[in-house]
Amino acid sequence: METEHRGPVVEVRGLRKEYGGRPAVDGLDLTIARGEVFALLGPNGAGKSTTTEILTGFRTRDAGTVRVLGADPGQATRRWRSRVGVVWQNETEVPQLTVSAVVRHFAGYYPRSRDMDEVLALTGLAERSDALVAALSGGQRRRLDVALGIVGRPEVLFLDEPTTGFDPGARRDFWRMVRGLAEDGTTIVLTTHYLEEAEALADRVCVITEGRIRSEGTPASLGGRSRARTVVTWLDENGERRDVRTDEPTRVVRDLMETHTGEIPGLTVHRPTLEETYLGLIGADTPTTEPTEVPA
Amino acid sequence: MTTMTTGERPLPGPLRIGLSRAWLEVREFTRHWESVAFTFALPALILLLFGTIFDGATGTEIPAADFYLPGLIAMGLMSVSFQNLAIAITLERDNGTLRRLRGTPMPPSAYFVGKTALVFVLALGQVAVLLAIAVGVYGADLPAGPKAWATMAWVFVLGTIACSLLGIAFSSLARSAKSASAIVIVPFLALQFTSGVFVPLMVLPDWLVNVASLFPLKWMAQGMRAAFYPAEAAALEPGGSWDLTTAGAVLGVWCVVGLALTLATFRWKTGKDG
Repeated sequence: METEHRGPVVEVRGLRKEYGGRPAVDGLDLTIARGEVFALLGPNGAGKSTTTEILTGFRTRDAGTVRVLGADPGQATRRWRSRVGVVWQNETEVPQLTVSAVVRHFAGYYPRSRDMDEVLALTGLAERSDALVAALSGGQRRRLDVALGIVGRPEVLFLDEPTTGFDPGARRDFWRMVRGLAEDGTTIVLTTHYLEEAEALADRVCVITEGRIRSEGTPASLGGRSRARTVVTWLDENGERRDVRTDEPTRVVRDLMETHTGEIPGLTVHRPTLEETYLGLIGADTPTTEPTEVPA
Repeated sequence: MTTMTTGERPLPGPLRIGLSRAWLEVREFTRHWESVAFTFALPALILLLFGTIFDGATGTEIPAADFYLPGLIAMGLMSVSFQNLAIAITLERDNGTLRRLRGTPMPPSAYFVGKTALVFVLALGQVAVLLAIAVGVYGADLPAGPKAWATMAWVFVLGTIACSLLGIAFSSLARSAKSASAIVIVPFLALQFTSGVFVPLMVLPDWLVNVASLFPLKWMAQGMRAAFYPAEAAALEPGGSWDLTTAGAVLGVWCVVGLALTLATFRWKTGKDG
């Protein structure tokens, strides 16, 4: 029985999907625990949306096992759909009525829907409840999408690229709203190509490119970032830039101090930022061949 | 899902959600009805024009407004059912309305309950407008006696259902909302000219009448004439009678065929959604 399911909210093993012979998802494994905020991070075309569509029962898969709330999304029942919320990347039309009329209508589809005032408060639409949908701004329109995604009190909410096209202020407001939902106990599965979005929201991030997982972990540990080597650079006696990647930057600098009198020219000590780690992972920035540590 | 876990609230029933959708569809229609106003107003406009243009020139004893009224009612019913649904559902598939609904626990039948209700509201409105113009402006005669009203009622219901189902099935033919209008309006227009709406069947070649007789509109128009025209006008029909039995049979068959086509072809997603 789906309802008694107490395991992970999402369990995916060996998921594969091809479009015309080209793999969009190529052997994906995912486990998402109850209450987690999980981000699938990757560039456009990495397979994020395809994965979301398969997990929400909108697309068939070519291979692999998928369990969402203990059931196969490919055989979604009405009961299962009442427990899963989806907010699509593409704008999907809503009835051209007032915000409250639309929310109230959709609430009627669910067995234990949220109170309308609660939904409007959670999504920051309380003041716009009497506004016509056509009069909403882009950000408010997206909030309405989320309102319709959570009105049925879903146990898991899928957000597919929710803040694409937002200005920075609207994005921050949106993040605050997602945090509120997570605190409320909703498991959130988010896809995004914004690194800072994954960092701001996710308990765990999975970087995918070309349908494969490149790295998985907390935003702080992503791509071995917490253990990543630090780069020490300086200028040698010919004025040429030298660099060393090391786990012991302090020792490298001490060694340099012994071979230099006074200032070490052009000295920098740099630990990779999350962005550099990410760009390295998705191959957007090909890291130079890593020189092994050589004493200067 | 045969047993219900204790404490689990039952899902709202399809009928309840269907009625809620019906209410939503009607309210939405009234909000931006100008987009459908053309569909809705065309038969009324034609009745107004023909009632004056062909005054005393119908080639029969029947005044022009009386002469064209039954056919225009049939055309109006087909436009609010077939044309309206085929175009509206294609648009809803294109703009993601159907996709959003598919992600909710709304039972598919509720969607069709809502559409059916909207079509019947529009159909009643259509008939009311045409009768008001015919009687109010041209003093046309209403169906004489309960038997004639009953004929009108069953042709109305059966014809509207058949055309609605065909419209839903037709919505799956169009690739996008942009091409839907052309795909829908061209065959509809062809049927209007061959089904006795504008041009009496008597003046059409037999083969053309035979082709048109395969489709619902000819029988809807004929059934409406049976309800509105005096009994002796049956002589103007190609067969010399109203042939209501065949009309009922053809419309009934189209209901079954339309339902089968709808069930076989209905899609919630566009082609590119996979």
